[in-house]
Amino acid sequence: MNAPSAAISCRGLRKSYDDVKAVDGLDLEVSAGECFGLLGPNGAGKTTTIEILEGLTRPDTGDVAVLGRRWGSHERELRERMGISLQETRLTEKLTVYETLALFRSFYTRGRSPEQLMADLSLEEKRDARVGKLSGGQRQRLAVACALAGDPEILFLDEPTTGLDPQSRLQLWERIAAYKAAGRTVLLTTHYMEEAERLCDRVAIVDHGRIIAVGTPGELVAGLHAPHFIEFSTEPAVTDALLAGIPGIGERRQRDGRWFLAAASLAQAVPALIASLDGAGAKLVSLSTHRSTLEDVFIALTGRELRDE
Amino acid sequence: MSERQHPLLALTKARLLEFVREPEALFWVFAFPIIMAVVLGFAFRDRPPDPVPVGVVAGPKAPEISGALAKADTVKPISYASLAAGLEGLRTGKITLLVEDAGGLVYHFDPTIPDARIARLEVDDAIQRARGRTDPSPARLAEVHEKGSRYIDFLLPGILGLNLMGTGIWGIGFSIVNARLKKTLKLMVATPMRKSHYLLAQMLSRFVFLVLEVVVILVFGVAAFHVPVRGSLGALGFVTVLGALCFAGLGLLVVARARTLEAASGLMNLVMVPMWLLSGVFFSSERFPKAAQPFIQALPLTAVNDALRAVMLEGRSLALLGTEILIMAVWGIASFALALKIFRWQ
Repeated sequence: MNAPSAAISCRGLRKSYDDVKAVDGLDLEVSAGECFGLLGPNGAGKTTTIEILEGLTRPDTGDVAVLGRRWGSHERELRERMGISLQETRLTEKLTVYETLALFRSFYTRGRSPEQLMADLSLEEKRDARVGKLSGGQRQRLAVACALAGDPEILFLDEPTTGLDPQSRLQLWERIAAYKAAGRTVLLTTHYMEEAERLCDRVAIVDHGRIIAVGTPGELVAGLHAPHFIEFSTEPAVTDALLAGIPGIGERRQRDGRWFLAAASLAQAVPALIASLDGAGAKLVSLSTHRSTLEDVFIALTGRELRDE
Repeated sequence: MSERQHPLLALTKARLLEFVREPEALFWVFAFPIIMAVVLGFAFRDRPPDPVPVGVVAGPKAPEISGALAKADTVKPISYASLAAGLEGLRTGKITLLVEDAGGLVYHFDPTIPDARIARLEVDDAIQRARGRTDPSPARLAEVHEKGSRYIDFLLPGILGLNLMGTGIWGIGFSIVNARLKKTLKLMVATPMRKSHYLLAQMLSRFVFLVLEVVVILVFGVAAFHVPVRGSLGALGFVTVLGALCFAGLGLLVVARARTLEAASGLMNLVMVPMWLLSGVFFSSERFPKAAQPFIQALPLTAVNDALRAVMLEGRSLALLGTEILIMAVWGIASFALALKIFRWQ
């Protein structure tokens, strides 16, 4: 049923914990050589989905194929051919970086040496440091290095940069991009839209255990029909009726006393907005604009922000 | 592409490194048995037994009785002003027997206490002889102090067995529950690692410590108390290795499903405490009722202790230890197989 180029495919995945539907009818197709992102807020079902695809969680119903193989019949072969980094992995603190990598290398019949892995993830200086003494960024790089120990064809990363400082995040993004550049497949979950935009060829937006939109970041943003957003607040607040009349303004939303307006052209919309506010006697407290992002796509689809719990 | 270690070797090595870098763990495995042996050394050092305190109620014949008792080195007379005071001393355990002679010799004592029964015989003997009794056939006393028949000789193999059980079950149990809590286990299961390798490595890493642990206790026992090792070292080695594997398997089984350290501790105690009591560590398991014997004999610690004692004290060869070896092997293999089957990996 799968085209040979499909690295991962699943149909009708469902998984409930007690009465909570973590995954609620999810279909997915990831091509070989693609970096695919599952983007969604915490609790959207991303981790359950990726763990089902990784063969660590059994779905209640649904069908999963990785590299054209099933978990039930080809588990060992699949494990040899893929690398996994779990969310919040805590590696043994008493072992050194080198010892940890040598241990993980030993599990695979073929793979990369600890030296190569340390070079890949810039961990050479920490060769003999115990895992317990590493910073958060170094630990996460080590976790990814462990996932790469078998030189995998597919890399699964669950929230790879959550909780990292911006510099560590950039470092890790570079490594993931380099791995992908070698023609390998990556599936990652994230709730950072910036991460999805930077790394992913295609993104699936996940909410309440379902995929509500799939496409390249460009396609998804283009689907908004509004390349820009204007965000402002005034004193006193203005009503929707006033904004409705402004030319070049699309969708309007109000949140925490601020307005968010989708605009096709800033050059047209911003002067018109300021003129209308002046006319109504409302004083601008703040005004900013940004190019539309996946965050705006998520808000437009769900009415909520990604960082909402 | 790079060379790799055998995963079983790599896992065993990682487990050993993790262990030696944990100072608390080292204390419990090495320092604890030594401290235990030192304490026992004080308790069982070579010296004559303490004389048993015996009360004498004041009266006209009291000085004569006290004089007779003072000559016997097995009892120590203590004077009491009245019968009531003497009985009070008896009740509170200050003396084990009270002698009263107001117109007739009376011994007050609790016959359920072995020391009191012995004291009665010794005291009566001393008093009757002092009052002129002659023995129709006097006996010569030939005292035996042979190594191997003292309490310490009985106890040391028991301590060895106890330690094999403790470090096996605790050492393996806590390490596994920790790895499960920290999701290290889940991460390893996500690799092609064979699950049996992980569990076998836990058992194998025990060997290294086992050798050290056994040597420490044994050397201490032989050097400080001259505890005999009459059987071959090979047989002793075989029994300890088999015993350690048996308890390692049991350790794996005990924590096969436990999700928290609390649950694991509870289960470990549930398994170990009955064996501390029943399996003949501090006193012979034969003291328990006959009906309980089949159950007690089937316990792994009973088999380990019996086998250790048979090799060390009686010099028995492995060929004569078939039952014990079979019990240990069955426990080890069955618990390992069951643990592998029901193990919770995430």
